[in-house]
Amino acid sequence: MGETLLEIGNLHVEFKVYEGRLRVLNGVNLSVQVGERVGLVGEAGCGKTTTMKCVLKILTSPPGKITEGKILLHDKDVLTMGSQEMQRVRGHGISMIFQDPTAALNPVFTVGDQLMSVIKYGSKGSLSKKEIKKRAIGTLREVRLPDPERIFTNYPVQLSGGMRQRVCIAMALSTEPELLLADEPTTSLDVTIQDQVLRLLNELVERHGTSVIFITHSLGVVREMADRVYVMYAGNIIEGARKEELFANWLHPYTLGLMNALPKLTGGGIAEGIPGRIPEYLDPPSGCRFHPRCPRAMQQCSQSIPPVVHAADDHDVACFLYRGETDE
Amino acid sequence: MNSKILEVEKLRKFFITSRGTVRAVDEVSFSVEEGETLGLVGESGSGKSTVAYTVVGLHSPTSGQIRFKGEDISRPVSKRPKALKQSIQIVFQDPGTSLNSRRTIQQILELPLKVHHLGNSRDRKERVVELLERVELPPDYMYKSPNMLGGGERQMVAIARALATNPKLVILDEPTSALDVSIQAKIINMLLRFQEEMKLSYLFITHDLSLMRNVSTRVAIMYLGKICEVAPTMKFFSNPFHPYTKMLLSSIPVVLPEEEAVKPAKITSEGEIPSPVNVPPGCGFHTRCREVNGICSQKIPEMMEVEPGHFVWCHLFPVVTTPTNLEKGVSV
Amino acid sequence: MNYSRNTLLKRRAEGFKKGWYKFSRNPVSVLGLFFVLTVSFLAIFAPYVSPYPTHASRFVNFAEAGQPPSLKHLFGTDVFGRDILSRVFFGFRYSLMMGVVVLSLVVIPGVVLGLVAGYYRGTWIDTVIMRTTDIFLAVPPLILALAICSVLTPSVFNAMMAVSLMWWPWYTRLVYGLSSSLRTEFFVQAAEVTGASRSHILFREILPNCVSSIFTKMSLDMGWVILIGSALSFVGLGAQPPIPDLGTMVADGAKYLPDQWWITIFPAFAIMITVLGFNLIGDGFRDLFALEEV
Repeated sequence: MGETLLEIGNLHVEFKVYEGRLRVLNGVNLSVQVGERVGLVGEAGCGKTTTMKCVLKILTSPPGKITEGKILLHDKDVLTMGSQEMQRVRGHGISMIFQDPTAALNPVFTVGDQLMSVIKYGSKGSLSKKEIKKRAIGTLREVRLPDPERIFTNYPVQLSGGMRQRVCIAMALSTEPELLLADEPTTSLDVTIQDQVLRLLNELVERHGTSVIFITHSLGVVREMADRVYVMYAGNIIEGARKEELFANWLHPYTLGLMNALPKLTGGGIAEGIPGRIPEYLDPPSGCRFHPRCPRAMQQCSQSIPPVVHAADDHDVACFLYRGETDE
Repeated sequence: MNSKILEVEKLRKFFITSRGTVRAVDEVSFSVEEGETLGLVGESGSGKSTVAYTVVGLHSPTSGQIRFKGEDISRPVSKRPKALKQSIQIVFQDPGTSLNSRRTIQQILELPLKVHHLGNSRDRKERVVELLERVELPPDYMYKSPNMLGGGERQMVAIARALATNPKLVILDEPTSALDVSIQAKIINMLLRFQEEMKLSYLFITHDLSLMRNVSTRVAIMYLGKICEVAPTMKFFSNPFHPYTKMLLSSIPVVLPEEEAVKPAKITSEGEIPSPVNVPPGCGFHTRCREVNGICSQKIPEMMEVEPGHFVWCHLFPVVTTPTNLEKGVSV
Repeated sequence: MNYSRNTLLKRRAEGFKKGWYKFSRNPVSVLGLFFVLTVSFLAIFAPYVSPYPTHASRFVNFAEAGQPPSLKHLFGTDVFGRDILSRVFFGFRYSLMMGVVVLSLVVIPGVVLGLVAGYYRGTWIDTVIMRTTDIFLAVPPLILALAICSVLTPSVFNAMMAVSLMWWPWYTRLVYGLSSSLRTEFFVQAAEVTGASRSHILFREILPNCVSSIFTKMSLDMGWVILIGSALSFVGLGAQPPIPDLGTMVADGAKYLPDQWWITIFPAFAIMITVLGFNLIGDGFRDLFALEEV
């Protein structure tokens, strides 16, 4: 594939609380190619959103702190950028869509006002007010909102959840970003609306050639939304592969547990799931953070951090079970 | 044939608001047989939770009847006999707010025992330990406060509380929708085990059809306050009839190619659920239906038994109705 | 079992330590706590810590009247020659008593009415309680207290009664809001489905969730009640001479401003410190409970 757009290397994040330090991110490695849709999947509290906040540099600090690592956007480290440069990145480079479209929109301004201000500050040249409005209505039409002229004058409360999320998508894409961070954008929506929004999002990013990091807790959603999938557990990326490869041949015991625990449309009952729960970040397990819950844990799992193994073509897994295969 | 533990007949629940009358549940009829799990599936705004709350008596019905083991219980919980409250329990959706964070787990689990005068204080404490063990939590959790527990553990406590009085019917209102899949699996398996051991009947409210495929005996689909389709689980997934069911099935994100095969092909989701204040005339789904024709917006369809035990509420199925069918409605 | 009980106590102690950590993160709250503790200490031990305890009551020594602050009389003396420092220490007693008595009279009925009205929101019970509350709230509190006190003979007791009468509706209002939203919470509904009694639901389920707000309001109100009590004394409707009430002292001294400024300034400053202390603690509580909810 082509050129690398974003590269996160060995990212460590800590949160300082009364009890001590929460070591939330424990060396996250992730890369996004230009025009690629990357899915980041994991259960609640595994550090997906924290990773994204670091990319946009909106991590609340204190208590949060990036202790190690780099985030390269076009080979330039986001973490060392000044606030003005960062502002430019947020304006043109990276946009974000949040889980809760209600909280992401300001209830006292109309959809049109909010959309126009995003276009105004995001556009490179100066545009006349008429042009901005025309463009705003154009983007509303692009996200297939019925009657965009009316929606333009509506307040967010007058719209349904699905329509609000479409407005958020319109806002995020109106600045023509290179990279779109979508943080569980369909989790609060009903399944039929989720389906519509996912199809729309796929169509738009393809048309604009936008790269995407799509965060979700649902393996089913990530299968529809990503070219490449990273599975995250307790602050680590534990498996990453091309979508087709991952869903045909998942390797990590955690991924396997998740797949089994998922109720299937074909029936056959539900497996027992994974025993225990995500570890406390105050005192996380040594070595592989999954080893206390892992059915195939070995002695070395608690002693050292498993290496990233290149298990197959474009398929990496961080697990001792597959170490033999790298030596070949 | 099993006996019916719960029968709901032509249940209506309207709410009067400043924007107009919300027709949350409109002439809904169904029944739950002893020992079965009836999955009541719908999207937000379909009225499925209102059905649950009306059955346990948190709302009083606008009209219609609810019968528990043949006895009419269509009234709010404050007017129901105590023994009845012992037999019908509910597990709520959000484990975050279903347990009072100012009380200990022991106090929470003892409440139903105290209310129904089950044992003295030592017996009760033993029973609390027993209940915790049942849901696979260590006994010293009884001294903890709910906010020291994870979401899954809290839901297990909520389940233990619902089971404390040995109920017969448990209403499960999206018990796992706020939890991760690995924890969902554990809780669902636990619920299925209790059903077996304690001969429980479940009314399982959810939006997750994949889950219902694995859990329920029969599935009912709700849309805008009406039940659109009811069928035994196998038939429901192998041969769905109602256009809304098909749309719902086709929208589910799945992980396996075999699952893709179950989804009806060439159907995509369109439109949004209308507000229950302004319910479209005729069949409420006609605004989003692909197979809509003239009659749909004019006449309210009737429930038809298309194959044995499989009922559809749609004008596409004008099966000749025998009088017995009409009478029986869904509650067969 | 005993072992578990110990862990429970240990957890409580741990919770207390954690609470102090959060509270102490804001130095201003700690300052407030310091003020309140100092004032309380001086009030309780006034007879022992004040240099001239006898000056608190009927005492006249015209030889030392109207003296400016000196080493002998740190805050100076008033027109009767009484040591102002000693009288301020005793004055704290009346101010704190005012606050404590009024709040203990007011909180219980106010909270109970609010709980009941909130739980029965939309019924006639709600209407009766809340409209009565509205009537009391519609009259400016100080004016109402003034009116009541001017009808009755002015005394500390009557001032406390008057302030109590106008203060309960604030608690009813506060708890009404909380109670009417808490009654729809799942844990209340679960108790209802189980068949728990009304009193259990009101006092065991809903009330404990209101406690943090009530506590915060009480600590903020302490300051206000003391201020209003002092205001009543200032206009001559509260404590009567020779009782060393801070408000009365300010009023007496006001006649001799600006020449003998110390007679007014020190008692006024004492009121300020007390009121400020309780307000700062109140803010600290608010932070503490707000953080706890997260």
